[in-house]
Amino acid sequence: MKYLAEFRNSKLVSGVIDEITRTVSQPWVIMEICGGQTHSIMKYGLDQLLPDNIELVHGPGCPVCVTSLEMIDRALAIASQPEVIFTSYGDMLRVPGSQGDLFSVRASGKDVRVVYSVLDAVKIAQDNPSKLVVFFAIGFETTAPANAMSVLQAQKLGLDNFCLLVSHVRVPPAMNLILGSPSNRVQGFLAAGHVCTVMGYWEYVPIAQKYKVPIVVTGFEPVDILQGILLTIRELEHKSNDVKNAYSRVVNYRGNKPAQNIIEQVFIECDQKWRGIGNIPGSGWRLKPAFVKYNAEDRFHVEEIKPTESPLCISGQILQGLVKPINCPAFANQCSPEHPLGATMVSSEGACAAYYRYGRSK
Amino acid sequence: MIDSFPNYEALHCPLPLLHNERIVMGHGSGGRMSYELISKVFFPSFNSPTLKTGDDAGLITLPNSVGDSYSKLAVSTDSHVVTPLFFPGGDIGRLAICGTVNDVSMLGATPLYMTAGFVLEEGLDIDTLCKVVESMHEAAKEANVQIIAGDTKVVQNGKADGLYINTTGIGIIPGGINISGTRAQPGDVVILSGTIGDHGIAVLAARGELKFETQIKSDVSPLNGLVATMLEATKAIHVLRDPTRGGLATSLNEIALQSHVGIMIQEEKIPIKPAVEAACEMLGFDALYVANEGKLIAIVEEHQADKLLDRMKAHPLGADSEIIGTVIEQPDTHVMLKTTFGTTRMIDMISGEMLPRIC
Repeated sequence: MKYLAEFRNSKLVSGVIDEITRTVSQPWVIMEICGGQTHSIMKYGLDQLLPDNIELVHGPGCPVCVTSLEMIDRALAIASQPEVIFTSYGDMLRVPGSQGDLFSVRASGKDVRVVYSVLDAVKIAQDNPSKLVVFFAIGFETTAPANAMSVLQAQKLGLDNFCLLVSHVRVPPAMNLILGSPSNRVQGFLAAGHVCTVMGYWEYVPIAQKYKVPIVVTGFEPVDILQGILLTIRELEHKSNDVKNAYSRVVNYRGNKPAQNIIEQVFIECDQKWRGIGNIPGSGWRLKPAFVKYNAEDRFHVEEIKPTESPLCISGQILQGLVKPINCPAFANQCSPEHPLGATMVSSEGACAAYYRYGRSK
Repeated sequence: MIDSFPNYEALHCPLPLLHNERIVMGHGSGGRMSYELISKVFFPSFNSPTLKTGDDAGLITLPNSVGDSYSKLAVSTDSHVVTPLFFPGGDIGRLAICGTVNDVSMLGATPLYMTAGFVLEEGLDIDTLCKVVESMHEAAKEANVQIIAGDTKVVQNGKADGLYINTTGIGIIPGGINISGTRAQPGDVVILSGTIGDHGIAVLAARGELKFETQIKSDVSPLNGLVATMLEATKAIHVLRDPTRGGLATSLNEIALQSHVGIMIQEEKIPIKPAVEAACEMLGFDALYVANEGKLIAIVEEHQADKLLDRMKAHPLGADSEIIGTVIEQPDTHVMLKTTFGTTRMIDMISGEMLPRIC
């Protein structure tokens, strides 16, 4: 496949690996932020190719994994209402709430639908004027522009039967939290290429300076990821902590300005709870007051729902890179993709699911 | 924030999502959830040793067999539900014949007779039904099987998705053939008869929900002709399996479990059409888990592998056949994949419903 095969070329991969091996002189701990990167690393076995003194730890960049339990419970409550068509990205259907998941709600006869784009949900609202269509607007900066766009679209179309259950999260505050933690082990970051496509990478410069860690914008294919690791290692070995871009075919410094404008128009920064981690100040987006009629939480009064988390799940420590999935006592025992205890086992981007699918026997 | 590890030994696992109270779509995935449902609900009551073998068809040894050569029968049944009823490369009728013919063939049997049961939804166009029946007739002719019994039921509008078809097939296993998912042995070679994912992607595109177009056609075909050719080449075939729901990955896992072996496959050897690969990339699916309806996996003794491969390649339904791996000794019965970079990873069974990724 053109534009992908080049970045999966085994000669190029071994070339970059050789260069990494030549460059590294001491142990380093690097975190890849994004769950998509974690999956590429496990799927292609890239960790097996790296020198032993480079340790990759897996970050909190899986939007499905970090969506808070109470938000899942709110989704379940809303989806269970009559006259509601609940729409969501596929991954979210499997995430366990306190009691059940969206699969269970669908099995009980309620209308829960998987969509690929929020604009499909807008279309469903147009086609079903007697139903209230709710879209579960989760995700990082990557999905935010489209979700914001749907609100403007609904407004333009004069749709009263469309709203969002918003649970957006942002990467930079999570990086601040990880780096500011006394137990932090991370010495360098691979920043998430897709997030930076939207936001650029200017936000990471103050973080790199404050905590003296290099941050490298990195893509998702094997050559991209190894190139990101190589640039990070070079920075670390030279005791430098710049922000570099190893994904320049897609990402530029300022990012996608029109997309950022739409986000600004519709969303406002807020505190956000991350599943397994807790509240991170300023780490979320919610709808601006002007768009209150598109806010599902307001329309359904679900703020009172109090969740209960499985006590066994340590996804919080996994999402902060403190513990590897294989070191969780529940991993592949009580916790598997069929019976997930936590969201990191649920999403195809979750670190536990990646280890379960690709690396269990190691 | 969590500051320290909880004390695990003192806690009981609440396992919130067993899904053992209600059927969810994942129970029909053909993967681990289906397997659990069968083990927990069906096996306790239907506990015949034949059923528990776990093959695509049941084996019957006739009590008073006439001669030695035709003493065994293979029987299989399959219900067919597909949306839409017509898709590029096939339709529910062709699928209903081929699916069952192929299951019977996977024991090395020659399928001869079939039954067909129809559940029709009130309001279904007779014209649509005629097209489906004609397609079944064509497929049965292609597979050289006769439909010898049938049944028709009608349910109220809204109680079915147009039309469901159940078919049962019976075939005779020629003498000297002993093929079962339990027979893979370390050292055996794994051959795949062609490209993966064609059927699943064709049906997904035809559904229209994902708004993508593709030239890919379903591979739905009766494989009994190919199997007959293969058995002419060698009797040293240990396992045959058609990787339908759950795809290649799930079928290989089933075989590994049944035979208590490991399987190592080579990523670069697995045939896949560029358009299928591109669709999977775009939609966030892994082609190893996408359904096929006209492909088979053959596990054969190593010394016969090249000869068998040549014969398969000479058959129109096996033209893209490749040796994709070997059976290995492994206590954990894992299926492993060697990537193009020389690294290895595990290939698991599909879990529940195949879901697209968020981004």
